Amino acid sequence: MIAVIDYKAGNLTSVVKALRFLGADDVVVTQSAEEVLRADKIVLPGVGHFQSTQLLEDLGLTQATREGVAKGTPFLGICVGLQWLYEGSTEAPDTKGLGHFSGQCERFPAVFEGAELKSPHVGWNSLEEVRGDSRLLQGVGPGSFVYYTHSWRAPVSADTAAATLYGGAFTGAVERGNVMGVQFHPEKSAETGLKVLKNFLEL
Amino acid sequence: MLTKRIIACLDVRGGRVVKGIQFVDIVDAGDPAELAHRHARAGADEIVLLDITATHEGRGTLLDTVKRTAEKLFVPFTVGGGIRSAEDAAAVFDAGADKVSINSSAIARPELIGEIGSSFGAQAVIVAIDARRGPGGVSDAEVYVSGGRKATGLRVVEWAREAEQRGAGEILLTSMDTDGMRNGFDCELTRAVSEAVQIPVIASGGAGSAAHFAEVFLSGKADAALAASIFHFGVTDSRALKAEVSAAGVAMRLPC
Repeated sequence: MIAVIDYKAGNLTSVVKALRFLGADDVVVTQSAEEVLRADKIVLPGVGHFQSTQLLEDLGLTQATREGVAKGTPFLGICVGLQWLYEGSTEAPDTKGLGHFSGQCERFPAVFEGAELKSPHVGWNSLEEVRGDSRLLQGVGPGSFVYYTHSWRAPVSADTAAATLYGGAFTGAVERGNVMGVQFHPEKSAETGLKVLKNFLEL
Repeated sequence: MLTKRIIACLDVRGGRVVKGIQFVDIVDAGDPAELAHRHARAGADEIVLLDITATHEGRGTLLDTVKRTAEKLFVPFTVGGGIRSAEDAAAVFDAGADKVSINSSAIARPELIGEIGSSFGAQAVIVAIDARRGPGGVSDAEVYVSGGRKATGLRVVEWAREAEQRGAGEILLTSMDTDGMRNGFDCELTRAVSEAVQIPVIASGGAGSAAHFAEVFLSGKADAALAASIFHFGVTDSRALKAEVSAAGVAMRLPC
């Protein structure tokens, strides 16, 4: 069973639709900590404000995720779901992230290298420095395009599986063991995105 | 590198794709779901479905058409037409849209922009602006509503700024002067709006050749450009179009 966590942040329809399209027939949209603990895989989608992840803590889902991840359940965070894997975000300084990866998510700078930088970062951008050992990005070559829409971003670190350049480099995908995240929307990234989701489903 | 987007637009009336010339003459161009998939396969970066009759005939958005179109579409999908409330928007998202485009209803009640954004995120709200130049040109370009039938007295740049402040994620700017004419986008107007706001601006109206797209990206500073009639009837497809635009020096998603 694949648990897609619903924390009332945006629209889950597209993610669920893509997982089912790829053959996952047991997808459950849930707010239950019990179900998350029982799941074979956990997906945390989400668009919108970092503060909405506070609900995860309030419903006991942070703890359930911690336990699930500790026993090896593959976890995929998408967009704000990726950001939540870090310590926190300047978007909502009082809301803690899972802290699985170190670092804070920050807003794109208004100016980069002397030029005005538009924000949000919306559109198709390429994945660079794709880590060869990434299970999530297996078969996804550097230069592959994926669809982004966000104003906050996670820093590049040793756990970064692929970076994207916009106002400098940020983490497009992160992976360490069974915990993974993508800042882009795989459910909206055509063939490349479906490939990423398929890789996750096959773990 | 962030690429410029080519967005295929399907104007839908009564469940069929149609395309008007300057908002009036209508020609049948096919089934929305089929055309959306064909465009996505041919390299369109996004799909927009606009129910062009919804506003003035008071009909709701064609949820069935949306559902059928969204079923196996894995690129961003925007739906517009007849969305008057956060509930209308919720129904469209539920049917599979990723973004909604609001126009007349945002002018009638600007709070709607924030209402939809607070539930679904700012990225999900596109404010569409139908613009016509005034006697003074770009500086007094005016906003029109109800499918271009009614002048509002609002200045285009001012309304774009307000929409941004109220939480719009993108602006879809259609020039009624150039729409359907295939003589090129209104680059001057697009640039004026793009420079006035931080959010992406999608240029619309007037595409007739790859050179027109290159022009609106380079001199119009558009982040994306919308095309409808250029893609229908086999004029060209996105892949061919993007190859040409890319050759003119614009970053495009290729291969796609």
